[in-house]
Amino acid sequence: MKARRIFHIAALVAMLLLLWQTLYLLFGQRVLTPPWTTFVNAWTVLKSLEYWPDIAESMRAFSIALLIACGLGMMGGLLIGSWRASTEVLEPLLVNINTVPKVALYPIVLLIFGLGIWAKVVFGVLHGIVPVMISSIGAVRSVNPIFVRCARTMHLTRSQMLSRIWVPACIPEIFSGLRLGFSLTLLGTIFGEFFASQKGIGFLLMNAIDLRNVPMIMSLILILIVFALLANSVLLAVDRRLHRQNQVHG
Amino acid sequence: MTRYGWARLVIVVAAALALEILCRANVIHRLILIPPSEMLASAWQILVSGEMKADLYFSLVNIAFAIVLSVAGGFLTGLAIYSVPLLRDSVEPFLATYSAVPPIVFYPMLIVIFGLNRVPQIIIAVMFGLVPMAMNTINGLRRIRPVFLKVGRTHRISVFHSVFRIQLPAAAPYLFVGVTLAVSYSVIGVISTEFILSASGVGHQISFAYDNFDNRTMYGLVVLLLGIATLLNATLRYYSQRMLQRWAR
Repeated sequence: MKARRIFHIAALVAMLLLLWQTLYLLFGQRVLTPPWTTFVNAWTVLKSLEYWPDIAESMRAFSIALLIACGLGMMGGLLIGSWRASTEVLEPLLVNINTVPKVALYPIVLLIFGLGIWAKVVFGVLHGIVPVMISSIGAVRSVNPIFVRCARTMHLTRSQMLSRIWVPACIPEIFSGLRLGFSLTLLGTIFGEFFASQKGIGFLLMNAIDLRNVPMIMSLILILIVFALLANSVLLAVDRRLHRQNQVHG
Repeated sequence: MTRYGWARLVIVVAAALALEILCRANVIHRLILIPPSEMLASAWQILVSGEMKADLYFSLVNIAFAIVLSVAGGFLTGLAIYSVPLLRDSVEPFLATYSAVPPIVFYPMLIVIFGLNRVPQIIIAVMFGLVPMAMNTINGLRRIRPVFLKVGRTHRISVFHSVFRIQLPAAAPYLFVGVTLAVSYSVIGVISTEFILSASGVGHQISFAYDNFDNRTMYGLVVLLLGIATLLNATLRYYSQRMLQRWAR
């Protein structure tokens, strides 16, 4: 079973690479570079010290944004979700905010925070925080009511309820939300670097676009995709594990 | 409107009022934020004067294309993945990781292939919107209770009826979630690409106004955009709830 799954995945990757090569043969050097060359280019970019400051800057902005988005989003979600009225009032509002194109708010962020790392961080947070909050609310609302009743019988205080009942019972669902938050925060941070910044992977990408530097564009895209896929697979594995554990105990 | 609905309205109005007071009292500088009343006035002016009619029309047409393509494409993709075991085993694990890659990184490549027009923008929007629709379609189809299908078979209903009377209504809650996501991602995809690089469209006008320190126009357009997104959302929610209620009977 395991071998079969690996075979399927390998087959899909091979097909994607084949598609990529075909696209290259169709459109030529002007539009994209073939897979192997791109891998080599990406490796050269990573190996040369020239771009590390940008990568480090992006990573720093991204980790700060991720911490804020997940921390605040989780706390907000838990607080809102633990009270029925606030859920009923605020959840539709949050869902609506979520559908608003956040790029439209970018100028505002830039005017308030100026050029530099904080505009990117805030932009990343803006993309990530609402989905995390919505899934945290959903997690709290779907906790088995028996747990809560049991805790009430035992006269737990509100803070004890939070740390002993809500958080442990919600963690699998919340983690799924964090996974979504991870990818959206990454999107937001890179997006933020696109427009007005002097450093970072998004900035390099925009620069390469302006210069029509196709090999550079392709290698940066590849680096981003490989990073996102690797991080996401790790998170997905943890996610599945948490859900399984909860099924056993709950 | 329900009690909760009123509370929601009060919160929004209170937030707008607070912002208005802060702006009028010069706590927030005009260069950063203009009072909400002025934003609304500007949005109204843009709408009435028709000076941005072409851009609005351009964006709305692109959004409509993107919505239709991502909903139809996502539904068909989901259907294919659900019904072909080979696809289900190989493609489905990838769908969960797909959302990790921001499709916007492909925009520059698409511009080189198709030129600076609406095609790359629609493609990016569809890349955003198609996968959530497909995932929700799979989810919905998977959760059809087998009993429903068995009852259908005992009554010897045709395939056509089985699809339209049993399968689609049973999967509907998930399909609607997918449609909602596809719609909002289509809007996001179109506006974002216009913002990055485009010759027309609302997103382009916002970035143009921003570059020219034309805060009044910029905030007017932002408010207009928020209004369009909210309207789309509310309409969708209203109709999906009505349809679900009708099917539930």
